[in-house]
Amino acid sequence: MSNVTLKVNGKNHTVDIDPSTPLLYILRNDLELEGPRFGCGLGQCGACTVIIGGVATRSCITPTSSVRSEVTTLEGISQNGRLHPLQQAWIDEQVPACGFCQNGQIMTAKALLDKTPKPTDAQIREGMARTLCRCMTYFRIQAAIKRAAKVGA
Amino acid sequence: MTTRRKFLKQSGMLVVTFCAAGAAGAAGPLAAQVAAGPYPDPDFKKLDSWIVIHENNTATFYVGKTDCGQGTGTAFRQMMADELDIAYDKTTCVMGSTDVTVDQGGSGGSDAIQTDGWPMRRVAAEARRVLLDMAATRFSVPADQLNVRDAVVTAKSDTTKRVTYGELIGGKRFNVALTGNNVDATTGVAKVKTVQEFQIIGTSPQRYDIPAKVDGTMKWATGVKLPGMVHARNVKPPFAGAKLIRIDEASVRFLPGFVRVVSKGNYVAVVFEREEQAIGAVRLLKVDWEKPTTAPFPSSEDLHKYMRSATPTSQGNPAVIGNPDTAFSSAAKVVEAEYDVPFQGHTAIGPAHATADPSNGQMTIYSNDMKSYGMRNGVADFLGMPRDKVRVVWMEGPQGYGRTAADDAGFEAAYIAKEVGRPVRMQWMRGEETAWDTKGPAYTFKMRGALDAQGNLTAFDYNAQAADYNHLGYNEPNTVLIAQLMGTRPARPAAGGADRPSEMYAIPNRRTASAVVSMPLIYETPLRTGNLRDPNGPQVAFASESFIDELAAAAKADPVAFRMKLLTASQTDDAQFKRARSIACVKAAADAFGWDARVSPRPRASGNILTGRGMAYSFRSQTVVAEIAEVEVNRTTGHVWVKRLVCAHDCGLVINPEALKRTIENGMLHSLSRALYEEVQFDTEKVTSVDWLTHPTLTHTDTPAKIDIVIVNGDPNPKRPDLPQYGAGETVCKPLMAAVANAIYDATGVRLRRVPFRDARVLAALKSAAV
Repeated sequence: MSNVTLKVNGKNHTVDIDPSTPLLYILRNDLELEGPRFGCGLGQCGACTVIIGGVATRSCITPTSSVRSEVTTLEGISQNGRLHPLQQAWIDEQVPACGFCQNGQIMTAKALLDKTPKPTDAQIREGMARTLCRCMTYFRIQAAIKRAAKVGA
Repeated sequence: MTTRRKFLKQSGMLVVTFCAAGAAGAAGPLAAQVAAGPYPDPDFKKLDSWIVIHENNTATFYVGKTDCGQGTGTAFRQMMADELDIAYDKTTCVMGSTDVTVDQGGSGGSDAIQTDGWPMRRVAAEARRVLLDMAATRFSVPADQLNVRDAVVTAKSDTTKRVTYGELIGGKRFNVALTGNNVDATTGVAKVKTVQEFQIIGTSPQRYDIPAKVDGTMKWATGVKLPGMVHARNVKPPFAGAKLIRIDEASVRFLPGFVRVVSKGNYVAVVFEREEQAIGAVRLLKVDWEKPTTAPFPSSEDLHKYMRSATPTSQGNPAVIGNPDTAFSSAAKVVEAEYDVPFQGHTAIGPAHATADPSNGQMTIYSNDMKSYGMRNGVADFLGMPRDKVRVVWMEGPQGYGRTAADDAGFEAAYIAKEVGRPVRMQWMRGEETAWDTKGPAYTFKMRGALDAQGNLTAFDYNAQAADYNHLGYNEPNTVLIAQLMGTRPARPAAGGADRPSEMYAIPNRRTASAVVSMPLIYETPLRTGNLRDPNGPQVAFASESFIDELAAAAKADPVAFRMKLLTASQTDDAQFKRARSIACVKAAADAFGWDARVSPRPRASGNILTGRGMAYSFRSQTVVAEIAEVEVNRTTGHVWVKRLVCAHDCGLVINPEALKRTIENGMLHSLSRALYEEVQFDTEKVTSVDWLTHPTLTHTDTPAKIDIVIVNGDPNPKRPDLPQYGAGETVCKPLMAAVANAIYDATGVRLRRVPFRDARVLAALKSAAV
């Protein structure tokens, strides 16, 4: 165990942990941020996605000791109490079913739109390809991303 | 807002220190200790168990159902708000926690709206009646001389006589008794509204659970944290049917955070202070296992060969209509085909999990179990605790569409919590979930059809075998995995079932036979079958609706016209007009698609991409569905893309059209995933599907470009005063696999008779047919 300092959603946190612990467990269990979720622990499904240095990152396979930049979680993308345009689009399209994977969908979409503000359908499909949803809300997720891109996410 | 908990506490009905459910059904703040109980069942014969009116003129509804992510909570609120005459946004709904809501069984069987919606509507109507009576007394006018709108009662003759529900009863109890032999029959004396009177039913308020699911504030069962809580992980046998010989506890005892190794029979779990410590210890714990002397099952490659040769464990008498033998002997053409469907996993996006708190001699389990009441009973029996000392607090979780009907993790968390005397959070790992979750039963089918010289289907011989022996029950204390691993056995394994086609075709001669077969290993097996989103329908409809298509092709008939002929050959309708509604759905789907009538397959196109369209239709209970898939088949890779889906859907009265549309979209795509990708693979020792690579699922790249949904609700009886609500969810899962297979046939002339249609299988079929 040792002290590790992380900047998450604009705040610094120091935690006494085994630094090799995947970031997901630190976020959920020590920082009580439950946006990122455990889905596979293998980096395959995307439910644990956070954004580190602008990159959608699978926190379940990211050793905490390797984190060098600020971490943004689902809780950190709204600003001044205003939902991020993607979150609003998710509500407008009534996207989630069970909702468990939607953290990964929204965070992956955010990284996509930050890089490609006006994605084509093909870019959306490709950009989201490895983020899984077992309720199969893909059709509405893609509609919500297009809706958010229109208003400028 | 006064919660019902606080309200009941104040009224002396229950004394507890724990707030299980807040305004929107999310868990409230967790107290350090859970009160000892007892926790009796809310009485469904008391109006106060269902509805609380608050002083601020809002209402909270308490229903004994859980929401599998399809917005049933929103629908319950709509139904009850409409009957109560209160604005939708002045209501909240609390669901599925055993000591807070009446036992309506949790979820399952797509019956939430169809069955449980009725007592909800009736009790809300009764509350309205009681409130109007109170207002009548207050104003000294007859109740029928009152108006009510948005929970405000006024006298028709004098609108200054005005009182709100909150003023009439806010914060106080109704003290009104209800009647009914069981919870489904619960009723007062008030009548429910007619369709014409609805104001909220049939509209589409947004789902109340969605904002918290997108802004990160939802309190999930997986996020429960309790003071003193420890983390548990299972150590599963490395081979199915393995026997535990020895555990070397010293291999993990020195690790930081070690709490305990818990073991009984073949069940093993490690318990640590921190989650990552428990995960790490699973890999390090040294356990000696003995392989079984006989193989627990054939390999997945040999599964269907094994099933066809196995002696059935049960075999019902075939249902015979007419004289099939005579019809076959005089047929102009006989068509025969066999179809196979493998085991398919529930594979929820998040693995099984639960947190159990054993404080003060009670046991509280925080769980996303769809059948929370069953878990309460099962855990009480399993632990030998009185029922009223066990309660389940239902919270949102990842849906597995039937997975949590047998919720292993809740039992495991409770068992370990009792052993270590501390709150325990149990969570399975991905490999464990994919390998050991409950499976949709594998099927093999053999069919024959007789056509006369005019292409009429004169006889249909249907034989199905399902690998469904010892199909899991609902949270039974002797069938959940931990109990089986500990050596507990039910008196006899569940018989399981093999289903028969659900269609309204008038075929004069039929023989319908089905049988159940067993794998060699019955208990402690990862190939345990459970209810996967209509447990049998997708498999059966894949085979039967593919075969109808084969018969249409053999009869040189358009597949839709062939079905319409079979549906219109009889004029006999049941009371719910299922035959007439089937005709309406098939026609509506064809119209919406712009179906061009012709014989399948289409003339072979040139180029790399072959396109085609296929239809299939089915029903479940009284909900009827016809679906059309349009596919592109890549000749070079074998890849199938379903570019368009059409669904014509009739579930009677629709509560929330927008939520229904999403349920239909998602249900079709779930079956599309099963059609294209899903198969549990195993060798003769263990399941080898352990992650998203080895049990793949549909992805964003597979999403159709267009989905059209037609809500049909074709009720042909003008004299009928009302349309009942039928279960909407699972029916859509049934015909889709056949629609895709039929479309692939239309595009390529190649008939795929085994699910899933992964690229390699499709390519091999195309090559062997020289496409």
